Amino acid sequence: MSAVSGPPAASGVAGFPFDTRARTDLRLRTVATARRVRDRFATVALCAALVVAAVPLVAVVVVLVAKGARWLGWDFFTSDIPRVTGRVAGACEGVDAALREKYGLTCGTPRPAMGPAILGTLLSTGLAALIAIPVGVAAAVYLNEIGRSSRTARAVRFLSDVMTGIPSIVMGLFVYTVWVVRFGTAGPSAFAAALALACLMLPIVVRGTEEVLRLVPDELRHANVALGGRGVHGVLRVVLPCALPGITTAALLAVARAAGETAPVLFTIGMTYSFNAAPWGPNTTLAQQIFEGAKSGDPLANRLAWSAALTLVVVVFSLSAAARFIANRYSTRLGG
Amino acid sequence: MAILPSTRPSETSVAAAIPSTYGVETGVAGTDNASDGQGTLHSTLPHQAQPGAGPDPVFEVRNLTVRYGSHVAVRDVSTEIARNEVTAVIGPSGCGKSTFLRCFNRMNDLVEGCRVEGTIAYHGVNVYDPAVPPVEVRRRIGMVFQKPTPFPRSIHHNVAYGLRLAGVRQGIDDLVETALRRAALWDEVKDRLNASALSLSGGQQQRLCIARAIAVEPEVLLMDEPCSALDPIATARIESLLEELKGRFSIVIVTHNMQQAARVSGRTMFFTTETDEHADRHVGVLVEHDTTERIFSNPRDERTENYVTGRFG
Ligand SMILES: Nc1ncnc2c1ncn2[C@@H]1O[C@H](COP(=O)(O)OP(=O)(O)OP(=O)(O)O)[C@@H](O)[C@H]1O
Ligand SMILES: [Mg+2]
Repeated sequence: MSAVSGPPAASGVAGFPFDTRARTDLRLRTVATARRVRDRFATVALCAALVVAAVPLVAVVVVLVAKGARWLGWDFFTSDIPRVTGRVAGACEGVDAALREKYGLTCGTPRPAMGPAILGTLLSTGLAALIAIPVGVAAAVYLNEIGRSSRTARAVRFLSDVMTGIPSIVMGLFVYTVWVVRFGTAGPSAFAAALALACLMLPIVVRGTEEVLRLVPDELRHANVALGGRGVHGVLRVVLPCALPGITTAALLAVARAAGETAPVLFTIGMTYSFNAAPWGPNTTLAQQIFEGAKSGDPLANRLAWSAALTLVVVVFSLSAAARFIANRYSTRLGG
Repeated sequence: MAILPSTRPSETSVAAAIPSTYGVETGVAGTDNASDGQGTLHSTLPHQAQPGAGPDPVFEVRNLTVRYGSHVAVRDVSTEIARNEVTAVIGPSGCGKSTFLRCFNRMNDLVEGCRVEGTIAYHGVNVYDPAVPPVEVRRRIGMVFQKPTPFPRSIHHNVAYGLRLAGVRQGIDDLVETALRRAALWDEVKDRLNASALSLSGGQQQRLCIARAIAVEPEVLLMDEPCSALDPIATARIESLLEELKGRFSIVIVTHNMQQAARVSGRTMFFTTETDEHADRHVGVLVEHDTTERIFSNPRDERTENYVTGRFG
């Protein structure tokens, strides 16, 4: 057969369904040229979009590391935050020792350090997690296991959706009004900040946990009941253990989100430059230090801000990575 | 104060460990609703003419009607379940076999809109008596579902779970082993009791669920198409398991597999659907309940004969 040996006649496109020759000859092109071009174009466009999307991501990381990494070191995590403003740093040289001591001035170029802010971040976020996670998980259990489609459940679901949409600065203002203002100078504290952050985390935990609980198959609940388990018992012994990895993921994501928040902290935590491990008394967080450092004109303050930013990104990234890791293990475990 | 009687002395005394936290002082239920005129659509009540399930039935079902909302799924069933025998429930899809089965351990309570009328007397006490907590019913009447439902925990945990629920604190390991042996699973899992139950095959998972159900020594075992998700070999294993279990437990098994019903059961119930005159819905009714031999060789009712011979329309 001569038709088999030679390449197909490149005479345009065969109309596949109706062309008797094209039906049996694989070498005949049946896809229209225009379509092939469009296909190629779409592929290129998608790749370009990917590159564009990756640019800011990579740029952020590169700039963060370039500007922030230089100052990282043991001291950075363990020392107090140097107290600097443009004016004081410039005026430092002529001031005598007693005055320096009195105003806590550091002369020369003090190395940036962020210890208190790291501690404050962990403290306020941790307290917020202690408040929001138990309450949120309990609410989600109510929504999915008890309330289901009751009036109360629907109201709670609606409210938590609304809460998700509330800007975080409003949460800060709210706690500022109902807590900080009331207690005057004793008001601003890691605990106050934790209250604001907990408001922020709560809806994330509730809806995240509810989603995970919904994934637990009803068959397991029925199996529990058929064995003579009560509903509540089943929730604690069967449903929650099944959902635990998923709940952990939801909680960690909420924590990661809260750790990076600035607005709720601004009014509620006050400001300090030295370590404060107590939930009361003014404190500070990395996000707040970035805010303060970036708006200051002082070069040292700017450097501080960059290093704080890098530290914060590492903290948040670790939390997200942990959430990812647990989520993956969860899915493989359920799979077999 | 009389608790739900547990008449079969239990070797491992698990039954004794089950806390009996409530009392029931109802008289013998069963005849209270018997005079309800629900059978008006019936021309005949064939099962009433049948021999009972022996001298000492575990369950006496009287005028059982189950509704989902306004839809009558099972209408006016009166019958008995024999002790220490396998009773097969057969019938076309949608005739209410699962619905009927779920009445015995009150699993229908979980179904929204499901209403059960009539009585099911378990050793003389109505399962639906308001004074009987459903939890107590389910501890005495085990159930195995169509799809294996192991908890995503260890094999050991799965079997121990029911025991712990029943208040057993000591000797759990031995009881777990006994249950797994009875479920013919021990040899396959004895080296990996702490492995996830989900790492077992479907057939093994189903035997694990059976082990979990029988670990607490229930008097009755309800099974809703327990082999429908299994291959023939796993099915054969479960069938031979039923053979061994039937001396200890009264078993009610729903099956679509006629050969299976003929192989494993001593008695068979045949359900079918009737068309309701008033609504355009199908209603499940019990047509015939007799020895399996009789049902398959010489049934009284023509519908039964048509079904078991494969001529069902
Ligand atoms: N949860 C429910 N809500 C409403 N109707 C239901 C529900 N479960 C079952 N039914 C109806 O009750 C009737 C009997 O259902 P059932 O599941 O008991 O049948 P079955 O004999 O077990 O069928 P199959 O052999 O297919 O399992 C059917 O008409 C079904 O539509
Ligand atoms: Mg069914």
